[in-house]
Amino acid sequence: MIKSLSDRPWALNFILLAGLVVAGVMSGMFGQVNLSPAQFFGALFGSADNNLTIIVRELRLPRILIGILAGATLGYTGAALQGLLRNPLADPGVIGVSASAGLGAVIAIYMGVSALFELAVPLMAMGGALVATLILMTLAARDSSILTLILAGIGISSLATAGVSLVMNFAPSPMSLQDMVLWMLGSLENRTFDDLVLAGPFILLGWAIMIGVGQGLNALSLGSEAAYSLGVNVKALRWRVVLGTALSVGAAVSVCGAVGFVGLVVPHFVRAFIGYEPRRLLLPSAISGALLMTLADIVTRLPIGHGQLRLGVVMAVIGAPVFIYIIFKTRESMR
Amino acid sequence: MTGLCVENLSVKLGGVTILKDVSFAVGQGEVVGLIGPNGAGKSTALRAALGLVERLSGSVRAGEIDVTSLEPRERAKLMSYVPQGAPVHWPLTAERTVALGRVPHLNPWQELSPKDEAAIEASMRQTDCWAFRERLVTTLSGGERSRVLLARTLAVEAKYILADEPTASLDPMHQLQVMDILRSEAAAGTGVLVVIHDLAQALRYCDRLVLLLDGTCAVQGSPRDVLTDEHLRTAFGVEVSRWDENGLQFIVPNRVIE
Repeated sequence: MIKSLSDRPWALNFILLAGLVVAGVMSGMFGQVNLSPAQFFGALFGSADNNLTIIVRELRLPRILIGILAGATLGYTGAALQGLLRNPLADPGVIGVSASAGLGAVIAIYMGVSALFELAVPLMAMGGALVATLILMTLAARDSSILTLILAGIGISSLATAGVSLVMNFAPSPMSLQDMVLWMLGSLENRTFDDLVLAGPFILLGWAIMIGVGQGLNALSLGSEAAYSLGVNVKALRWRVVLGTALSVGAAVSVCGAVGFVGLVVPHFVRAFIGYEPRRLLLPSAISGALLMTLADIVTRLPIGHGQLRLGVVMAVIGAPVFIYIIFKTRESMR
Repeated sequence: MTGLCVENLSVKLGGVTILKDVSFAVGQGEVVGLIGPNGAGKSTALRAALGLVERLSGSVRAGEIDVTSLEPRERAKLMSYVPQGAPVHWPLTAERTVALGRVPHLNPWQELSPKDEAAIEASMRQTDCWAFRERLVTTLSGGERSRVLLARTLAVEAKYILADEPTASLDPMHQLQVMDILRSEAAAGTGVLVVIHDLAQALRYCDRLVLLLDGTCAVQGSPRDVLTDEHLRTAFGVEVSRWDENGLQFIVPNRVIE
C-alpha cells in the first residue's frame, strides 16, 4: 500500500481523473484518421472543417462518452458489490444481468431485427437485463439474504448462458453466428449518440439509486447485525446496490457488449493504493473503470494482427494477468 | 421508570417460543448481567432489545421513548452492540475499524470531524489499543482484536451498551480488562447490559443480575440474591464453592448434580 495516497484518497481521484482526461483526448485523436490535439479540439469546438467535425463529434465523441459511462459503471458496481457481499471475487456479472443482456442481444441478431434498425440489439439487450432484474427481485423478494441473491444470480446467469448457446446453435447463417460472437466479445466501435441516449438514462438512474451507499458498506465490514446496530438499514442497502447494479450494468453492457473483468479487477487495483475500506474504493473505482475502458478502447484501434481487436478480448488479456499479479501482491493481508 | 426498559418481551423463532414475557431494565450508570444456561434465551433477549429479531409482543423503551419508533441512526446512537465473536471482513487498520463506530453520527457524505477523531482516540486509549492503531485487524491476536471491536462499540458514545459475551475466548487478563472497561463506562453514566457466563465475574462486576431459564425470567435482583445455591442448582444443575478474599466474593462451580 502506498502510504501517502492511503491518507489522501482525493489525491488518487485527482490523478486518475487527470489520466482519464488525457486518455479521453488520446481516444479522440487516434483512429483511421489520426488527428493532432489542435485538430481534435478544433473539431470538438467547431473551428475545423466539416469532415473532421463529423469524425470527432459524430463518431469519436459518443464512443468516448459511452466508454466512460460504461467503464465507470462497471468499476463502481464492482466495488459496491464486493463491499455488499464482503467478497473480493464478486463482480457485476454475479447477479446475472450481463448474461441476460447477452441473451437479449443474440436473440435480436437471430431474429434479424438488427438488420432492420440499428438500435434493435441494444434495445433487446436492455430488455434481457430488465427481465433478469425482475426475476432476481421476485426470487429474492421474500428472503433477501446474501446467499439467496447470489444463488438467484447464478441461476439467472446459467439460464441466460444456456439460452445464448441454444440461440447460437440454431443460428440461421454463419454471418449471424459471427455477429453474435462478435457482440459477445464487446466493442465500442460505431456507437452513436442514439446508443448514448438509449443507455444513458438507465445508467444514470442506476447511479442515482446507488449514490451514498458508502457508509453502509463500511459498516457491513463488521457483519450485517453490527451494521444494523450502527443504524444501517441493511435490507434497503442490499436492494439499492442490487437494483442500481442491475439497471446501470444492464444498460452499459447493452451498448458495449459483454465486457468482463473491469468490475472484478478495478477495485483490487484501487485497494493497492488506498486500502480496503469499501466507501473509499467507490469513487476511485468508478474513475479507474472509465480510464481502463478508454485505454482498452484505444488498444482495439492499434494495428495488431489482421482484423479488429475486440474490447472484451483486450480487457480480458490485460485484466487476467493484472488480476493474478494483484492476488499475489495482496494475499498476505487478505488472510 | 428511567433507563432502558424491556417489558413483557416474547419472541418466537421458527415456531419455537424462545422468550416468554421477559421484563428487565438497565439504568444509566448500571451494569446489569444476563445469566442463564445455554439456550435460556440470553442472546435472543439482547438481540430482541436491539430490534435484531422480531418481537412477538413486548416493548422496549428508553425513558418515555419507544425505541422501535426511532430512526435507525437515532436508535444506533442510543444503544451500541457488541456482537459475539464478530468478524471483520476486510483488512482494515485498527483505527479505521474503530472509526466505524462513528457511522451513526455521519450522513452519507460526511468525513470524520475532529470530534469524531477525538472519540475514536479516547475509546482506543481506554481499551489499550491506540499503540497498534496502524496495524491491520487481520494481523492482530484474538485479544487485541476483541479490544479493537470493543473500542469500536465505545466510539459510538451510546447511552447504553449491549454486550453479548464480550469476554468469551479471552485470556484471564483480558477478561478482567474488558469487565473493568465496562465498569468504568458505567461509572461515566452509560447503562451496560452484558450476557455473561462466568459466575464469579457476574458476582463481582454486575450491579444487578437477570437469571433467564427456559425463556422466562426466573429471578432478578442483586447478585447476592440471584446467585444463591438454590437458584444455581435449579438453573445450572451445579453445586458451587464460595469464598472471600480481600473483601471480594468468589464463586466457582465445582460439581454437576446427578
